[in-house]
Amino acid sequence: MTAGTDEVLSFEEAMEKYDPVLGFEVHVELNTRTKMFSSAPNAFGDIPNTNVTPVDLGLPGVLPVVNGVAVESAIKIGLALNCSIAEKCYFARKNYFYPDTPKNFQTSQFEDPIAHDGFLDIELADGTVFRVEIERAHMEEDAGKLTHMGGSTGRIQGAEFSLVDYNRAGVPLIEIVTKPIEGAGSRAPELAKAYVAAIREIVKNLGVSDARMERGNVRCDANVSLRPHGRERFGTRTETKNVNSLRAVEHAVRYEIQRHAAVLDTGTAILQETRHWHEDTRSTTSGRPKSDADDYRYFPEPDLVPVVTNEAWIEKLRAELPEPPAERRKRLQADWGYSDAEFRDVVNAGVMSSIEDTVAAGVSAAVARKWWMGEISRRAKLADVEPAELGVTPELIVELNALIESGKINDKLSRDVLDGVLAGEGTPSEVVEKRGLAVVSDDGPLLEAIDGALAAQPDVADKIRGGKVQAVGAIVGGVMKATRGQADAGRVRELILQRLGVEG
Amino acid sequence: MAEINRDDVAHLARLAHIDMTDEELDRMAGELAVIVESIKTVSEVAGDDVPATSHPIPLSNVFREDVVGETLSNEEALLGAPDNADGRFKVPAILDGE
Repeated sequence: MTAGTDEVLSFEEAMEKYDPVLGFEVHVELNTRTKMFSSAPNAFGDIPNTNVTPVDLGLPGVLPVVNGVAVESAIKIGLALNCSIAEKCYFARKNYFYPDTPKNFQTSQFEDPIAHDGFLDIELADGTVFRVEIERAHMEEDAGKLTHMGGSTGRIQGAEFSLVDYNRAGVPLIEIVTKPIEGAGSRAPELAKAYVAAIREIVKNLGVSDARMERGNVRCDANVSLRPHGRERFGTRTETKNVNSLRAVEHAVRYEIQRHAAVLDTGTAILQETRHWHEDTRSTTSGRPKSDADDYRYFPEPDLVPVVTNEAWIEKLRAELPEPPAERRKRLQADWGYSDAEFRDVVNAGVMSSIEDTVAAGVSAAVARKWWMGEISRRAKLADVEPAELGVTPELIVELNALIESGKINDKLSRDVLDGVLAGEGTPSEVVEKRGLAVVSDDGPLLEAIDGALAAQPDVADKIRGGKVQAVGAIVGGVMKATRGQADAGRVRELILQRLGVEG
Repeated sequence: MAEINRDDVAHLARLAHIDMTDEELDRMAGELAVIVESIKTVSEVAGDDVPATSHPIPLSNVFREDVVGETLSNEEALLGAPDNADGRFKVPAILDGE
């Protein structure tokens, strides 16, 4: 079972011969305070087996009770995915034996998911929009965490025993299942990544999940199958588990396409099985084949009563939904008049919300972008934090901008003012005062500096006198240097031209 | 409802991780068939207009406030475990011989 020993075809060749069909099951952990069916805390990183109640351990005689907030979160996710919400739905027991569940079943939903038949429009990097149909979103509970001990690799293979922590057992999960996604062609890996990114963004925006993939808040199982071009019937699929970063989703789909193509090229059938993703080798290995043991004998959970919705409840929740992320981006870009490239940079830098707040506080979109993409991003990079974590408030930017517009400071000085404010020296005005940063607005010292600069560069002065007005920059530079940047460059230029008797 | 035969019982026993002898399978297939037969009479009474239900009482939407309650301590949680290590339940190798 060594990783990466499978034959693969090049992606390009695979695409020439075959048409990929994708499908995703994304599990989202909700950020409710308590678990799905017990009042144990839903928290990450605590001492093992302390966030547990008898319900979570499946002790005899316990009675689970549904977390009402988790149900509302599930409905919100369903609405955000344009799903229909079931009028009546049930919980079911999915029976299996594995130490990650102490009950020997997972409480889930089977025939009647709370949300069904939705869609999500996914925008790819170049603006192409791809509609992904959502089959269902259902409520269930997470399993405990296994740590395999005694083997050389920390993997399940070769382990001597395993240790189980049930803190995660019972954490509310929403499983979102797509319908088969056809027609993505060579963009399948890119679409896979964009789809999971969109789900993560939506649940984060809804405030129903922390959506941290590195903590397993959002987990993806990716199904891939290939069929020859022009054939309608789907090929045999594999389901790659443990794909828990956006980059890994893209790579796993690409790898499975290449591996399937190589297998099919030899005339062999694809084995329907789960595959394990290995980030280190960027490849998958065979997991467990589908077998008749995958017979979960679902039956209605006798300890839980149905969830019944009505229009008033659903509409109340719909009214609470925030603006969808994709629509918000469209609106903001239009409002601000940024080019596609400018806006993409803003989004990638993670400063879109900051700019929104800053514009709302009263500066132009151009000024807000200049600050957040310029000085603030630069300082954030140096400090290795997110720009929004630097402590720059919209009000601070408004005040800095007002100082610049009134001519009291210039762009260059404003950076020193920002440094002073971030160093805790007070408000921008106070920093200007304390550091003596105000622009020299008295013409006297400026004229003195101008005479000095003209004397230092007589040939330039002659050129300007001769009509080469663009040469004035060299003199302005000299004056700014002499005044340590504390002069208003525009005023300096005016004065130089006056001095030399040239029309600006 | 479909009949329950010996193969069904053997399949269910395997899923449930229960070892059953040939004799037990025969006996159980017979007993379960009687139960299925009895329950069939219910469908004779209930017409198509009566939906299947898993609850005798027509309750719905029994929800809990999202408020943290009492939990077990680590020691309490592990009390019934046959074996433990490092504050966690210790279980035998999951994949043996693979």
